[in-house]
Amino acid sequence: MDVMPKWAEVILVPLISLILAAILSALVILAIGEDPVAAVNLMVTGALGSTYGWGYTLYYATNFMFTGLAVSVAFHAGLFNIGGEGQAMLGGLGVALVLLFIPWPHWTVALLAATLGAAVFGALWAAIPAYLQAKRGSHIVITTIMFNFIAAAVLNYMLVNQLRPQGAMDPATARFPETVHLPNLHQILAPIGIDFSRAAPANVSLLIAIIACVLVWLLIWRTPLGLEIRSYGKSGRAAKYAGIGAVRITMVAMLISGALAGMMAINNVMGEAERLVLNAVEGAGFIGIAVALMGRSHPFGVFLAAILFGFLYQGGAELALWTSIPRELIVVIQALVILFTGALDNMVRMPLERMFLAARVARAPKPERKQAAE
Amino acid sequence: MDILALFDLSVLDSTVRLATPLLLACLAGLFSERAGIFDIGLEGKMLFAAFFSAAVAALTGSVWLGLLAGIAASMALSGIHGLASITFRGNQLISGVAINFLAAGLTVLIAQDWFQQGGRTPSLIGGGRFEPIVLPFAEAARSVPFIGPIYAELISGHSILVYVALLAVPGTWWLLFRTRFGLRLRAVGENPAAVDTAGVSVVGLRFVAVGICGVLCGIAGAYLATGLQAGFVKDMTAGRGFIALAALIFAKWRPWHALWATLLFGYLQAIALRPDIIEGALGFRVQVQLLDALPYILTVVILAGFVGKAIPPRAGGEPYVKER
Repeated sequence: MDVMPKWAEVILVPLISLILAAILSALVILAIGEDPVAAVNLMVTGALGSTYGWGYTLYYATNFMFTGLAVSVAFHAGLFNIGGEGQAMLGGLGVALVLLFIPWPHWTVALLAATLGAAVFGALWAAIPAYLQAKRGSHIVITTIMFNFIAAAVLNYMLVNQLRPQGAMDPATARFPETVHLPNLHQILAPIGIDFSRAAPANVSLLIAIIACVLVWLLIWRTPLGLEIRSYGKSGRAAKYAGIGAVRITMVAMLISGALAGMMAINNVMGEAERLVLNAVEGAGFIGIAVALMGRSHPFGVFLAAILFGFLYQGGAELALWTSIPRELIVVIQALVILFTGALDNMVRMPLERMFLAARVARAPKPERKQAAE
Repeated sequence: MDILALFDLSVLDSTVRLATPLLLACLAGLFSERAGIFDIGLEGKMLFAAFFSAAVAALTGSVWLGLLAGIAASMALSGIHGLASITFRGNQLISGVAINFLAAGLTVLIAQDWFQQGGRTPSLIGGGRFEPIVLPFAEAARSVPFIGPIYAELISGHSILVYVALLAVPGTWWLLFRTRFGLRLRAVGENPAAVDTAGVSVVGLRFVAVGICGVLCGIAGAYLATGLQAGFVKDMTAGRGFIALAALIFAKWRPWHALWATLLFGYLQAIALRPDIIEGALGFRVQVQLLDALPYILTVVILAGFVGKAIPPRAGGEPYVKER
């Protein structure tokens, strides 16, 4: 039964969760002897006060859009893909192989090929847990966690033993050729007269992330496959009676999810580092969980939540630079967001539902009750 | 080629030490999951306990106070997990993820605030650490062939928490399979409605199980920071909570099997530290990354049901809603 109006469901519940998380974060900042108001000011100027700050905020947001969409698509099918981290690592490997071993004439073709490589590698890494869930009933959460660790070992092996250039010390690939350099926002916005920071890493893959948001929206709400995915996620048994194959939906949803997580690599590996390093993903796969929860698994929500987390990430880096607050504050905020919007959802929802129910009962006439009393 | 070198006493000795935190965390997960509460927050609870035990031990100089602080810290996180997954019937997996991040962030934040050493505690010395216990006659027995060195090296000379962990195995078995409490706890993980019908509180039992899980994770974390190592460093659990989770599945949620599984995974960790021994014994190099990944690969194989099927408690992961 829908007790609450839609606006309360979509806006009020996440907003209250977010406010609770913010209050607790402020208390944490107070507890370590810093001023929360000054901290927020510093974060806002650092992340949004200059095009340089915006460049970093949007760069992080691009990563989180991909991983957030990845988690969302799996959520719609009732699956919890916690393996975005590993899938993004493998996506990075795909990008590196595509760019290092094939000479590309221009960055546009290279970007297309790299996107494909990243998506294929990410999807393949999600395919095994998906198959095991669909066919053998192994719990996808556990297998995807295990695959994160296996991915780290694979990446470590590839970088240390295979892809490291001769004589290099750090475990990383060689630099990608200059021809595949992606234009950053400075180069994109200069022709239309906007002077964007030259040094910031936000690049053309932001546009691809936004296109991905639109495509995922079309897929989930405007295609038969999307309907099947959502029906399966709402009720596996009902979907089965409707003739929707559990194996097929599990596989397809996880392949799309893995591909999206892998595609993050065109931003961080191809766009920013321009080589593959060991810790390229930096936890973005896990932040996807927070982003998807906050965005209520809707692509537009994911888009907004990704920008919020991009702001938190860049703001947190500024805080660590100018105050004694370590970057880990962001990890705490991320945990609180996951806790309140995900696990403690009912804590916010139950009293709200009771409130709306009371309001509705007060408004409506109550003939039945009088009859019962007679 | 000398296969026996793979079972060198020094390797087996570090196997026991490295298996201890895995075993404690594995038994912790066993209590929680047998009661129907999935717990992927073992890692976070261990990390939280490791920090608070090291911090309190460093501040007071008493490792026992450190142990208590570690247990209390871990239980606080257990409380959050219980609140989210039992009281508010939230998603247990998401709650576990949140707890892992909460611990990873808060430990560094508090460590920086208290000690200003870049997210670590000062090195523990003297009474701030659990010292090895030399069992009686260990030195005298050393000269006895074969058994003597095993007794002196392998069995004697560990800190008290190692023995606590080993005793926790029969303890867990007895509690779960030989007491009324254990029967009810297992029942609540298989069929909570039946337990409810019998007039036993599902919520109460599950909170007790999550609480025991917190205590054991607390001991595991305290052992990491005050027994295995001398102090807390950032992210020092390094995935052990997840290896323990893997071991739990490997052991199919049974206490004695948990001991063997964690000893196996402990052995893999110990041998990974000694590539020279592997090369000497097998005649070729084994990639260290393969050894790192082996516990996870083995778990996936077990989960896939190719080598005996691992079936979790039936009501695991589902919040219990009373019928009205």
